Amino acid sequence: MTYAPHTDEDRQAMLAALGLSSVEELFRDIPEEVRLRRPLDIPPGESEAALRRRLGAMARRNASADRYVCFLGGGVYDHYIPAAIPPLLSRGEFLTAYTPYQPEVSQGTLQSILEFQTMICALTGMDVANASMYDGASAAAEAALMAVDMAGRDRLLAPRTVAPDVRETVRTYLSGRGYALDEVEVDPAAGRLDPERLADALTDRHAAVIVGYPNFFGVVEDLAALAAVAHERGALLIAACDPIALGIFESPGALGADIVVGDGQALGNPMNFGGPSFGFFAAREAFLRRMPGRIAGRTVDRDGTPGCVLTLQTREQHIRRARATSNICTNNALNALAATIYLSLLGPAGLREVAAACLQNAHYAAERLEAAGARLAYRAPFFKEFLLELPCPPEDVIRRGLERGILAGRSLRREYPELDRHLLVAVTEQRTREEIEALAGIVEEAIR
Amino acid sequence: MEFPQDLKYTEEHEWVRASRDLAVVGITDYAQSELGDVVYVELPAVGARVKKGASFGVVESVKSVSDLFAPVSGEVVRVNGALADHPEKVNEDPYGEGWMIEIRMDDPSELEDLLSAAEYAARVE
Amino acid sequence: MSERQAQETGARGLVGLPEPTIYDRSRPGRRGVRPPRPDVPERPVEELAAGAPLRREPPALPEVSENQVVRHYTRLSQLNYAVDTGFYPLGSCTMKYNPRINEEMASLPGFAQLHPAVPEEAAQGALQLMWELERYLAEIAGMARVSLQPAAGAQGELCGMLIIRKYHESRGERRRKVLVPDSAHGTNPATAAMIGFDVVEVASDARGGVDLADLSRHLDEDVAALMLTNPNTLGLFDENIVEVARRVHAVGGLLYYDGANANAIMGVSRPGDMGFDVVHFNLHKTFSTPHGMGGPGSGPVGVKEALVPFLPVPLVERRGGQFVLDYDRPQTIGRLRSAYGNFGVLVRAYTYIRALGAEGLRRVSEDAVLNANYLLHLLRDTFDVPFDRLCMHEFVVSATPVKQRTGVRALDIAKRLLDHGYHSPTVYFPLIVDEALMIEPTETETKETLEDYAQALKAIVAEAEENPEALRQAPTRTPVRRLDEAGAARRPVVRLDRG
Repeated sequence: MTYAPHTDEDRQAMLAALGLSSVEELFRDIPEEVRLRRPLDIPPGESEAALRRRLGAMARRNASADRYVCFLGGGVYDHYIPAAIPPLLSRGEFLTAYTPYQPEVSQGTLQSILEFQTMICALTGMDVANASMYDGASAAAEAALMAVDMAGRDRLLAPRTVAPDVRETVRTYLSGRGYALDEVEVDPAAGRLDPERLADALTDRHAAVIVGYPNFFGVVEDLAALAAVAHERGALLIAACDPIALGIFESPGALGADIVVGDGQALGNPMNFGGPSFGFFAAREAFLRRMPGRIAGRTVDRDGTPGCVLTLQTREQHIRRARATSNICTNNALNALAATIYLSLLGPAGLREVAAACLQNAHYAAERLEAAGARLAYRAPFFKEFLLELPCPPEDVIRRGLERGILAGRSLRREYPELDRHLLVAVTEQRTREEIEALAGIVEEAIR
Repeated sequence: MEFPQDLKYTEEHEWVRASRDLAVVGITDYAQSELGDVVYVELPAVGARVKKGASFGVVESVKSVSDLFAPVSGEVVRVNGALADHPEKVNEDPYGEGWMIEIRMDDPSELEDLLSAAEYAARVE
Repeated sequence: MSERQAQETGARGLVGLPEPTIYDRSRPGRRGVRPPRPDVPERPVEELAAGAPLRREPPALPEVSENQVVRHYTRLSQLNYAVDTGFYPLGSCTMKYNPRINEEMASLPGFAQLHPAVPEEAAQGALQLMWELERYLAEIAGMARVSLQPAAGAQGELCGMLIIRKYHESRGERRRKVLVPDSAHGTNPATAAMIGFDVVEVASDARGGVDLADLSRHLDEDVAALMLTNPNTLGLFDENIVEVARRVHAVGGLLYYDGANANAIMGVSRPGDMGFDVVHFNLHKTFSTPHGMGGPGSGPVGVKEALVPFLPVPLVERRGGQFVLDYDRPQTIGRLRSAYGNFGVLVRAYTYIRALGAEGLRRVSEDAVLNANYLLHLLRDTFDVPFDRLCMHEFVVSATPVKQRTGVRALDIAKRLLDHGYHSPTVYFPLIVDEALMIEPTETETKETLEDYAQALKAIVAEAEENPEALRQAPTRTPVRRLDEAGAARRPVVRLDRG
């Protein structure tokens, strides 16, 4: 089957109009030696009903958060998605439109982007934001490239408390032009970057420092002190944020960050096995013309009616080509719209309540897990996740959890080989006391 | 289209108004009309060095970016800060309020390489 | 009553009233959705967060009710043109119908609510889907392996070019040049430059393909790759592709295939067989996943055997009947984003491929090419056809003769199409055609739609002859008229007043 509407009669009539007798003739410009003279080795087409069965069966083989209690985090979280979001996102006028190349028939997209940019600025405490990036990691990488370009320096610095995916992505993006990412070890007792250690590591070759806020282990870094050290050395501070945390913790802008990025999954997007989510990117006013990605701006039409357009497009690849600020064009607009709707539905009070509930639940869980015989790896302020040190391999806990329908946390063995008795546990506003007690029970059993 | 007689011109469509060792630089009426609505002009800071034939900034319309080339070498002594808020002056008054930078020339004899109004007009018409 | 504009009138979209912003609707203290309350024993926030800075001022987010939110975003949606509302022949973007079964499958909780860090043994369905999709895409492309990680076409290009760079480095070579035809998408040179290559433009020949003589002039041992779209941005298949590939390979360069136009060739010809070494696909174009106003997309990258070691990590492997994630790839370029890719988009593309099967996929390309040629045929006398050949899935015509006769430009024609209820084609691209209109009808449009669109374009050209000024005023029937883009760029307002 296909989704094409043609009847055989249609095809014949169209071919006849073209003076052709067969569809095959349409491809006569393709040299014979590169024609595929066999069917593709792909199974035959299936009906919708068959697809439902096939994909339904595949979906059921996954331990998803509708059937398992999810304590997994590390950048993707099981937050509550308000019921109003999916039906709005599935409206065809949002779902099946493209980049607003014709602004006269794209005001819905453009105005929602302007609202999005406004909300991201409000959340991060920054002056300007773009219309979104692919995800938090690639947003950090774009920020890194922007920083090296602006500073004329060739290195970046990040503590190992920055999420491994973020550091790896930054390294990949920087590698193309021969730039490097230096890593700073973090005091194992503190779990956060000591400003003095940063001062020692930072040289005048570093364009910027990237810091997680909170960091990968859930710890809230001392952003103000780190920003001061960075600025003293002429480097920028890039904060990679959990947007939910910004409902309760001071905005990075107020603490001195120069560029703020992050992953927006937590704002109304499903976990989707890690994507799509979206990345946000906000900066100080002075960096507006150096920013990557699309930006919507307000203007008026010929009759003076207010409207929006994509603006400052000369930064972009379709105009500046080899000298563009980035090659990004498609972003993750639909996911950004989910965030815009999410933030509208919650408002400042709702976002604060979500953040506060995470904080309460996570601290209660930490207390219960310590009582069960585990130990918090760090004595530092944390938000909604924390690193647990166990007297047993983390896999013992994870396996027991799976048997009981609980995703107990993640092992960091691959990313941090030295943390081989550790479990990263995230506790969102969705977790209940009963679920937390169940997790504590599993940990207790595993330890015994 | 207007090309004042008292100015010198480059093939890249900049004009120069020289007096003693100072040279005021902008883009021509022809250049602004080809560009369309100018929306942004990026200029060097006062004190910067510019080199004859090398780019000293960019001028942007909504959908184009063009380099600005220095007609002479020297030090930038003045920059038209008003263009930051009112880039449209480049369109409205290219030889007046739309001027871009003033250069203290290293070697005023470089002016001799530039085009006269008649020579420039012949090239663009 | 305060003096303010009425907001709560009826269907604003129907009467053309502008929609206020969500901030305009905000009132202090108004609430929308209430989040869940914790049922654990609570402690003071200041105590729990001791040592971390608490927010002094709440973020300036709107304070609105759920009804207001639903109404606002519904109304905003009504201001958009979309594939679901009409014909959208935007060249190079493949705005085909997006089947609803794809959406349903992607929203299955087993996929949508799956955390990326679940143990591999607890994500076998998701990993199997990725493993199978990789094989289907590799088969369509004629490649050895495919990474599903890139989030969009441009990131696919970045991935592919990093692989090419690393391949040369692994052979002890630092090649600096990347060749790009003058008809290429802007992303090609932007990508090459983003990772430090020098971009060199290659001219097109009289048939719209790569000019072989100009290609040879630029070929030397410093060439890392040629980036090519085939069919190219003119909608033409490069008949010399085998010779182009031979010459690039002869100097040790590689061939990069920009898959933007893959909708023309599925099951008909494979980039791998044409001689390409690296391919990216745009799942949101060829494989029917929705464009979502500009994303999320997905840009999987396929490579020939020799380049497999450099693919991003992780790859999905099947070992002893189990699907696993393989990170142990010492020569990898690294990763380009978090997790494994835009999985939700992958589910949609997988569903599409399984719905169509081998035969259906080939039929897609046949019908896409048939539709484009039929529409080109209907417009042949209305516009100039700069490269008059059989086209592939799209074609480019020039409005230069119309402009010469009437002063009406491609832009004016595009704007008037909006008044006729259609989306306009891509205009002013590719750059090598003056007053270009780039039209891609896709396979999911009926013969009648193509005929009606051609009629509308003919009517507009007739109007240009009679009343060119009216066309310069278009559009007049859209929610807003032509917008002051210069004003927007001169004094950017990129954030609303938060009141």
